[in-house]
Amino acid sequence: MHEMSIAQSILDIVQQEMEKNGLTRLIRVKVKFGRLTNTVPEALDTGFMALTAQTPLESAVFELEEIPARYRCFKCAAEFTPEGTNRLLVPCTACGEEFGHAVLSGKELYIDFIEAE
Amino acid sequence: MKVSVIRNVLEANDRLAGELREMMAARGILSLNLMSSPGAGKTSLLERTLRDLAPEFKMAVIEGDLQTDNDARRVAATGAQAVQINTEGGCHLNGSMILEALKQLDIEGLDILFIENVGNLVCPAEFDLGEDAKVTLLSVTEGDDKPEKYPLMFNLSSVSLLNKVDLLPYVDFDMERAEGFMRALNKDITVFGVSCRTGEGLDPWYDWLRARRAAKKR
Repeated sequence: MHEMSIAQSILDIVQQEMEKNGLTRLIRVKVKFGRLTNTVPEALDTGFMALTAQTPLESAVFELEEIPARYRCFKCAAEFTPEGTNRLLVPCTACGEEFGHAVLSGKELYIDFIEAE
Repeated sequence: MKVSVIRNVLEANDRLAGELREMMAARGILSLNLMSSPGAGKTSLLERTLRDLAPEFKMAVIEGDLQTDNDARRVAATGAQAVQINTEGGCHLNGSMILEALKQLDIEGLDILFIENVGNLVCPAEFDLGEDAKVTLLSVTEGDDKPEKYPLMFNLSSVSLLNKVDLLPYVDFDMERAEGFMRALNKDITVFGVSCRTGEGLDPWYDWLRARRAAKKR
């Protein structure tokens, strides 16, 4: 479960940012993750909860937002966002080509903001 | 107070991977991240490769496993340097583990560093180890739809070795189907069919290593 390593990395960055800004009470942390990162939100949420339990960060809201996958077709160069799938093998919505699309978005994994006092 | 952060979650790992990449580049060492499900034959491939190419290259191996140093001992028996990392439950290697392991290796004069990742088709693909290329093994005793089911690893790999081809008469594995999925995920992937047991098909893999090593040295 790589979500545990990801949760630990998130926590490290949150703590650095809080220290940098002289903040001591975390209210909310917002993380954006791409559809293609193999991130299971429930697992990441559990990981964050496990790592912050019985610490001063325990009560913080952990918010996750998914960024959809967007591709540029290898054959016809159309840009498309497939509905309801996180598969890497997807037919182009314009020409049907399945192979070799460029990924334009969906591989992001970053902390958007924190709210703290 | 709201603080805009916009920091890549894996930045710490990526920074360490960058350090590793520089260390390897400064010494002209070709570094490869070897990944597969458990039992596909990573260690067998290394045993063969280390023995067969020993006259040409100085090679070392970092072995990742949850527990035991069984694989490091197998690899060390070939005469190559080997160091074992036990992740104690961790499903992948990360940059700091590699930096730590390198302290136990003599990398001066090294030509090729193999990193045998933890057997797992999912998590290892997420973590950059500063390697020059990711190499994935898939054995014909697994399903030929593995690339379709675990796409990211094949999408990111430069090479995929289809291992245990000597067993093809006994299993329902469609080589063309598996290779088709791989190419669909990654049109630039190089695919070799090999048997680490019989040695069949290993020469093209060795030629690939020679070419990449030569390119790195320049």
